[in-house]
Amino acid sequence: MTQGRFVEALLDPKQPVPPGILMPDGTPASRRFNVYRNNVIVSLIDALGDGFPVVRKLVGDAFFRAMARGFAVTNLPSTPLIFRYGDRFPTYIDNYPTSGMVPYLGDVARLEWAHREALHAADAQPCSMDRISDCRDNLLSSLRFEFLPSVRIVQSDFPVLTIWQVNSDSTPSSDRIRMEREDVLLGRPEMDVAMRRLRPGEYCFLEPLLAGETLGTAAERAAKIDGFDLVATLTGLFESRLIHDIRLDGDVK
Amino acid sequence: MDGLTGDSGRIPPRPGVGYKPQHHDDLTRWDHDVAWLEIHAENFMGDGGPAIARLKSLRERFPVSCHGVGLSIGAEGPLDPDHLKRLQILVDWLQPGLFSEHLAWSTHDSGYLNDLLPLPYNSATVRRVAEHIDQVQSTLNRQMLLENPSNYVRFSETTMSECDFLKEVVSRTGCGLLLDVNNVFVSATNQHFETLEFIDDFPLQYVGEIHLGGHEADTDEVGDLLLIDSHSRPVIDPVWALFENVISRCGPLPSLIEWDNDVPDWPVLAAEADRAGRILTSARINSPVRTGLAPESALT
Repeated sequence: MTQGRFVEALLDPKQPVPPGILMPDGTPASRRFNVYRNNVIVSLIDALGDGFPVVRKLVGDAFFRAMARGFAVTNLPSTPLIFRYGDRFPTYIDNYPTSGMVPYLGDVARLEWAHREALHAADAQPCSMDRISDCRDNLLSSLRFEFLPSVRIVQSDFPVLTIWQVNSDSTPSSDRIRMEREDVLLGRPEMDVAMRRLRPGEYCFLEPLLAGETLGTAAERAAKIDGFDLVATLTGLFESRLIHDIRLDGDVK
Repeated sequence: MDGLTGDSGRIPPRPGVGYKPQHHDDLTRWDHDVAWLEIHAENFMGDGGPAIARLKSLRERFPVSCHGVGLSIGAEGPLDPDHLKRLQILVDWLQPGLFSEHLAWSTHDSGYLNDLLPLPYNSATVRRVAEHIDQVQSTLNRQMLLENPSNYVRFSETTMSECDFLKEVVSRTGCGLLLDVNNVFVSATNQHFETLEFIDDFPLQYVGEIHLGGHEADTDEVGDLLLIDSHSRPVIDPVWALFENVISRCGPLPSLIEWDNDVPDWPVLAAEADRAGRILTSARINSPVRTGLAPESALT
């Protein structure tokens, strides 16, 4: 019996136990093999529950476990690093048949995933805004930003950060959640992940900047959005201590 | 003695516990008998962040043993070079007093299965496991300990006993062994053999560490008792008795309380460690101290 055959039977309870797997008296095992089936699937469901606690809270344990089970059998972890398990879970949730009843569920999962990535990202030192003052004005638009490795942005048509906060707090607020879009910036200047809601245009600005485009390109894209304030945005990024370094276009680091 | 097991990092023949972040503050007080900590290697393979920072600060105060759960030493396929590299990086900065892994497999082409899966014991699997252990030991440049598993099933392809299998692997690779006495108890119950006969046959001279843990009870397809190695409960009295028996034969060894699920508050875990400590202390009075395997004793 190959390990491939073992895995197939492990992940599909409808398949028979592979031949050659025996009881102590030498007769074929059945329920004993289920110990492995159960260990594998339950440990993966538990790992997803630990990794997406707000999603679990929003839909309840029974719904969550059924959804996580469906994901796990077709999406095993790609490495033994369980804290990196679940990158495809938000998309799975988007397409899950009945999760339409909670239309923001996939976005909450994306925020939880981004939070977890930020938590385990490499540590790096933020730089101060003096770095930008060192530059001559005519070169500003050519600057490229190197963000801390933990920095992430999440876009949502729903108040995803407020939903996350209300459901993470031990004392949830009783205020009604305003159903408006929230884009979120996350990063970890020290050991705690900081999250804040992005202001108008900031997502459009940060997306190219995070992808390595110049300040000029990013500012041009965001300028089309009503209410975008370049100076306030830049000041905010430095105050949040999310930028590791700045370099001029063409600089080799 | 090489630098890897210098005095500061050497695991003493005293009680240790599996490290859980929720116990971090309790650990840094000194009103307990826990002399060392064991970590699951894979939890500390991120690029940075608080988990690694906490471990670095603990490492300054405690000897740390590194216990891998994801190398898949019993796999049919080759070891994952990326994972081995991650392990090497961790071992390089952590400088653990011991490194151990399981006689099991957990990875296949389709992915990582997050469980310790069983393998048959025969000449082909001995060769494969020994090759993988050689690769681990030469990559890490240190001896590893191999842990005996909890067994729930038998294989028709098995042609040798677990003890003979382990002896053969030790003789081919120079690795040491991690004897999990709870796994012995679980396997003995599930496979209908006597724990003491197993310990009689076990190559105790190569044991560098003991694991103690709790298990759950279930029943199998014919209504027989089936124990599940869950690390979710206190160590039961028959397992403590088996531990005492092993320690009376080997002398004191680094002995770990494993509690990974339904993790209790610190006092409950500390009491388990105290109990192990009392057994180790009374053995120390009656026999010469043995501080685990010297790395050069077997890796030649």
